Amino acid sequence: MKKIIFGIAFIVLFAFLVISAINMRPFGNPIFSEMDDYFIENAQSEIGANNVVTSIVFDYRGFDTLGEGTVLFTTIVGIVALFRRLSK
Amino acid sequence: MKEMSKIVRNVTNLVYGFAIIFGFYIIVHGHLTPGGGFQGGAVVASAFALLLISYGQLKVKQILNINIFSLLESCGLTMFITLAFLGLGVTFFYNFLANSGSWFGNMVIPGINPGDMNTAGVLPLMNIAVGLEVFSGLGIIVLIMSGGAEYTKKKENPEDDR
Repeated sequence: MKKIIFGIAFIVLFAFLVISAINMRPFGNPIFSEMDDYFIENAQSEIGANNVVTSIVFDYRGFDTLGEGTVLFTTIVGIVALFRRLSK
Repeated sequence: MKEMSKIVRNVTNLVYGFAIIFGFYIIVHGHLTPGGGFQGGAVVASAFALLLISYGQLKVKQILNINIFSLLESCGLTMFITLAFLGLGVTFFYNFLANSGSWFGNMVIPGINPGDMNTAGVLPLMNIAVGLEVFSGLGIIVLIMSGGAEYTKKKENPEDDR
């Protein structure tokens, strides 16, 4: 009985996955592309960097990079606290 | 960790300087070429890991100091936040140096251009700050975990004095 229920649930889940994979949009055609067009057209003249990815990461989305740096710092503090006694 | 054979040590002597220089190249050219602070810092830290593997823990700890790394890491994160606060006249994370004509303030021609180091405002400074933080942080992780591995090995087989 359990196996039958699990099998039906698996088939339904798999059918959903297959249907959503069939209905997927083609690669490179997003629904909303205003933000991408803005970055591609204006990033070079506004920030002045040739590398648009860096200008997004460090300028338009600077908070995200600050969070990444904080996560790295917290990781290192944790590792140092964990191995402090051992590495003397 | 015991030091490895003479072949490995000689190849390490040849390679590790170039790896460190390549990592700093990626950090400094973050606003022109693919890469940036995180990637270049990881490359520099991989050079430290190469030194640690081939020379063993005891010799490397005389060269690379954990306290200096810790100081550099704190300096990197503080420099990043300070640069973010300096643009507070307009908003947090405002690029106050871009297109201003002073430091890193040259105008750039839109489209394909050969690339100028003196552009992009605070982006190169932020790349340097993040690069400092990442390479010193990963260096701390590598050094301190090697110490932990040494301790564990000593505890598991105490008669083996490697």
